[in-house]
Amino acid sequence: MIRKELCKIISQQEIAADIYELTVQGELVDQISAPGQFVHIRVSNGWDPLLRRPISISSFDKKQLSMTMIYRKEGKGTSILAESGPGELIDILGPLGNGFPVNEVSSGETALLVGGGIGVPPLYELSNQLVAKGVKVIHVLGFQTEAAVFYEKEFLNNGETYVTTVDGSYARQGFVTDVMKDLQFDCIYTCGPTPMLKAIEQSYSNKKVFLSLEERMGCGIGACFACVCKSADDPTGVSYKKVCSDGPVFRAGEVLI
Amino acid sequence: MSRLNIELPGLTLRNPIMPASGCFGFGREYSKFYDLSVLGAIMIKATTLEPRFGNPTPRVAETTAGMLNAIGLQNPGLEKVLGEELPWLSQYDVPIIANVAGSLEEDYVEVARRISKAPNVHALELNISCPNVKTGGIAFGTIPEVAKQLTRKVKEVSEVPVYVKLSPNVTNIVEMAKAVEAGGADGLTMINTLVGMRLDLKTGNPILANRTGGLSGPAIKPVAIRMIYEVSQAVSIPIIGMGGIESAADVIEYFYAGASAVAVGTANFVDPFVCPTIIKELPDLLEKLGFEHINECTGRSWKKDGQLAYHRA
Ligand SMILES: Cc1cc2nc3c(=O)[nH]c(=O)nc-3n(C[C@H](O)[C@H](O)[C@H](O)COP(=O)(O)OP(=O)(O)OC[C@H]3O[C@@H](n4cnc5c(N)ncnc54)[C@H](O)[C@@H]3O)c2cc1C
Ligand SMILES: Cc1cc2nc3c(=O)[nH]c(=O)nc-3n(C[C@H](O)[C@H](O)[C@H](O)COP(=O)(O)O)c2cc1C
Ligand code: FES
Repeated sequence: MIRKELCKIISQQEIAADIYELTVQGELVDQISAPGQFVHIRVSNGWDPLLRRPISISSFDKKQLSMTMIYRKEGKGTSILAESGPGELIDILGPLGNGFPVNEVSSGETALLVGGGIGVPPLYELSNQLVAKGVKVIHVLGFQTEAAVFYEKEFLNNGETYVTTVDGSYARQGFVTDVMKDLQFDCIYTCGPTPMLKAIEQSYSNKKVFLSLEERMGCGIGACFACVCKSADDPTGVSYKKVCSDGPVFRAGEVLI
Repeated sequence: MSRLNIELPGLTLRNPIMPASGCFGFGREYSKFYDLSVLGAIMIKATTLEPRFGNPTPRVAETTAGMLNAIGLQNPGLEKVLGEELPWLSQYDVPIIANVAGSLEEDYVEVARRISKAPNVHALELNISCPNVKTGGIAFGTIPEVAKQLTRKVKEVSEVPVYVKLSPNVTNIVEMAKAVEAGGADGLTMINTLVGMRLDLKTGNPILANRTGGLSGPAIKPVAIRMIYEVSQAVSIPIIGMGGIESAADVIEYFYAGASAVAVGTANFVDPFVCPTIIKELPDLLEKLGFEHINECTGRSWKKDGQLAYHRA
């Protein structure tokens, strides 16, 4: 069930250049059903900035009723969010959407988790849950530059981890797809910029692939039709999926990206 | 005693608060947050004869205290609205106002004829902001004669009262209001969104794939208030006001301007509970302001003899 709740900020820190890790506590954590779900955060008590900001849940702990989000401070809304600190209350709507299906890989199989930039965070909870199930995980994480790299150690704790930077300032220079070519796996879970998702969908049509999409949102709950994409089986017709409520995770080939 | 019940053509409202068309889908999503029967009415998403996919994304862009949208009237089409959405809504004790849209006069007439027969549809809201295919895309709602004619045609077939939703994108809103009143409109709803645009700082291109979109939210409230203030003095049919409403105080301001009920749109996205919250807070605010009933507020900004054109009629 989706809840709207004033959640208490437990901690917030800058973990890389303009990348913030925010941990909050609230009853809505109990409603989270899968890694890859997101929340809609109201950053101001007033009506400007107006819209909530969609941010993925990067990990959660139901015993503590706490969850962590990792976001990039970019525009008006996330800049305000970055100013808040422990003890403050923030208005969160969630959990939203359908996350990554962890049951698509079995114990003993290998899952490849591919993240680009701010698409990396939701993969962390996924990685934790897959490891707990006995699935072998390999991570390929792409960032722009050295200063933007985060959570490399955390992912390394769960399994093999390859980092790429576009400018070559850290680890391997290039794109995540360059690294993926040499790896063996049964299933791909990915989240990141649309061109990256497209490239992965095209190159691995023979594999099980799950993609988490991004779209500009209004309501975040399926009411406003802001976030729709076309169903792949009806490219010229009127069939659609809503990223907020049918996604954000889709099976490759389900929607046109 | 209720301070909030309102009687309008076709509508017996337990309170004058309703979600605005396009901002509440067909109610399913919000029914998970609260009992829809607390609402005065529900204005459902625009319905066209055939299903529509709408515009490419991005379809929304934030603006200062507002947002632009170019959804493109995506909706499942008349058949599905009649067959699934309206029957589903009938489990709630709440009148439905069906928002009717089209690209040809014939489409409007057909949708109006059939949707007005649905038992829980108590009124129609004609969305005349749509581009008219026959006039090269000029909106029905920007030419008084065209709007009047469309209203008349729809009135001829509708089994329930017809409210016409005015577009603010005109030079003379009073002239438009009078034209649709002359066409037989039972009421007005206003305002629809204002055409606007936002450009991306990095690329210089419009943020919306459709380039332009409709501005809604708190930013447009003063425009709506002014238009309702002008129109309510010039017509004798009631007005359902909308544009940036997010609090009980906003509702009162709309009534002062000349509205007899209001709709809440964009604010639902920010706070899914905004409608029930306003409904809960209104009686206390009325009490504080010294009103026995909300209808005493209507037209207070301009009425001199204690009577409003609509109530006089
Ligand atoms: C399902 C989903 C999950 C996401 N998860 C994360 C995450 O875990 N970490 C993270 O850093 N970012 C995430 N994003 C992207 C994040 O929503 C945007 O970066 C953020 O909304 C930008 O807000 P702003 O105030 O910085 O920018 P502004 O420029 O002030 O934003 C203006 C408007 O545009 C919207 N917008 C701008 N960029 C995006 C975008 N890329 N995607 C969707 N809407 C956008 C904003 O929500 C707002 O409505 C996610 C997006 C989606 C759709
Ligand atoms: C996302 C969105 C979709 C809308 N869809 C419709 C629609 O289908 N038909 C219509 O008449 N108005 C539509 N509107 C306009 C609203 O009903 C309302 O007139 C306008 O948004 C002003 O009110 P607000 O500021 O409270 O949102 C839409 C508005 C938004 C924001
Ligand atoms: S954001 Fe409103 S339907 Fe998805």
